[in-house]
Amino acid sequence: MDHADASPAAAPRHIGASTAPAVECDAVVVRYGDTLAVDRLSFAAHAGEVLALLGPNGAGKTSTVEALEGYRPVASGSVRVLGLDPGRDHRALVPRIGVMLQKGGVYPMLGAAQVLQLFAAYYDDPEDPDTLLGQVGLDRVRRTPWRRLSGGEQQRLSLALALVGRPEVLFLDEPTAGVDPEGRIVVRELITAQRDKGLCVLLTTHELDEAERVADRVVIIDHGRLLAEGTPAELASGTADGSVRFTTDPGIDTGALAAALGVGATVAEEGPGAYRLRLPGGAASPAVVAALAGWLAERNLSLGDLRTGQSLEEAYLAITGSRGVPESEPDAATAGRRGRGQTRGRG
Amino acid sequence: MRPLAAQLRAEVTMIFTNGETLFLTLGIPVVFLLFFSAVHVLPTGTTHPADFLVPGILALAVMSTSMTALSIGTGFERGYGVLKRLGSTPLGRPRLLAAKILAVLAVEVLQAAVLVGVGYAMGWHPGGPGGTGALVGEALAAMVLGTVAFGGIGLALAGLLKPLVNLAVVNALFVVLLLLGGMLIPLSKLPGWLADVSKALPAAALSEALHGTLGHGTPVSGRDWLVLAVWAVGAPLVAGLTFRWE
Repeated sequence: MDHADASPAAAPRHIGASTAPAVECDAVVVRYGDTLAVDRLSFAAHAGEVLALLGPNGAGKTSTVEALEGYRPVASGSVRVLGLDPGRDHRALVPRIGVMLQKGGVYPMLGAAQVLQLFAAYYDDPEDPDTLLGQVGLDRVRRTPWRRLSGGEQQRLSLALALVGRPEVLFLDEPTAGVDPEGRIVVRELITAQRDKGLCVLLTTHELDEAERVADRVVIIDHGRLLAEGTPAELASGTADGSVRFTTDPGIDTGALAAALGVGATVAEEGPGAYRLRLPGGAASPAVVAALAGWLAERNLSLGDLRTGQSLEEAYLAITGSRGVPESEPDAATAGRRGRGQTRGRG
Repeated sequence: MRPLAAQLRAEVTMIFTNGETLFLTLGIPVVFLLFFSAVHVLPTGTTHPADFLVPGILALAVMSTSMTALSIGTGFERGYGVLKRLGSTPLGRPRLLAAKILAVLAVEVLQAAVLVGVGYAMGWHPGGPGGTGALVGEALAAMVLGTVAFGGIGLALAGLLKPLVNLAVVNALFVVLLLLGGMLIPLSKLPGWLADVSKALPAAALSEALHGTLGHGTPVSGRDWLVLAVWAVGAPLVAGLTFRWE
């Protein structure tokens, strides 16, 4: 899953692209009346990269994307897409971006092929609508009007509409929401193919699995604020500290265990019988696990619930505080989360 | 030209594949024309009902297409998020509006062709009995002004109201203007105060203009030109203010 290191440099560049970020948010604030939807959010995405904005519903993902698309005015801070201001330079920008709204946005009475041909006519050098329709797997429903397409077919047609103008930047708001497993594979493959062609893809999702599968980098936001940023692997390992958690009898000699496991290892009993082993190298090797099991076996202690590392899901839940940080008080929660989750690990 | 032509084709396709719109723009005017020619319940005041009915129903047809159908369609497109989505394509607002106006004019040409055809079959000819048709140009100019005025009213309402509320309001307005606009019932049959109110509205100005030029062979009055012109300028300006992509 870790494309981030190789792809931005290796991917073929679109004409006009430079090393400057394709999409840039700098301390962006979006307000609706008194409601703060986006709160000093900063991040950047580059050509040849899939960036996922991940967060629970209402986190400010759509507001952020719509500010970049030019739909939402920015109260303060700045948004830049391909070096342009999405509001002021709207006309220069729209031929170069592809947009997929969270839902709808298509004439309900027109057939799939009709809509795609119509959108193709808006652009100077569009993709061939028929080829594109085949690529998103909608050949069989080319005459079916939008309102009679299934949810997944509608999403795939929306994606085709976003692609038909050969954009340099693709904004996809919840592209796989309501899509069946088969359709998801089609959507993911298309997103990856665009990334490989050198497009910058910015998508939103509230599904971890989706972010982990398609994104090179993930920006986790909640309450409009950035909580963590990094590759899925970095986010998972960043919050886990490469630690190993296990359970056995309470009150074991943690010092002796640490000494047996090698230089720099620390063992702490975090709850009765629940231990966390931290290693200097970060990664828990099979040898360490074997040594741990052996040490316990010598003392006739059982080994239960052994976990190494952390999935992105655990990292996400820890970062957004949805679960696993019961000790945090509401006021302190944000500061605590930031401290633990900030993993700007690209170097 | 390509985006505009494609958009125009899509707009026209949608009008002609939508049953309700087709009924509103072609069904109602033709049925009214045939019905009221056969059933003499309207105080048309002319010896030949078609001389009153054809111009009045032409005015009705202009109103149904440029105000009612345009407004309802645009309102629902906004509700479906279509306008919002178009906002991030290179089509742009001017070309979208141009396509909508041209689509309305295309439908009106078809309406006029059908209504005039039916009218001729019923013995009507432009300018009334013995008329020369010399005022057809004035009639066309009045219809264009009326289209712009009604289109502005329809788009202004579509921008202000939710799609379903707009549907109800625009249909109600259609009925009210149909009754007060002198299209089926001559203004002279309305109470004086009501006729005075009516004469300030584009519906009455357009129907008077068409009754004069196409029914009696009299030119459009200065007041009717003025009323049409004021609405044709004012309503689109208001529509520009209320216009929203989403």
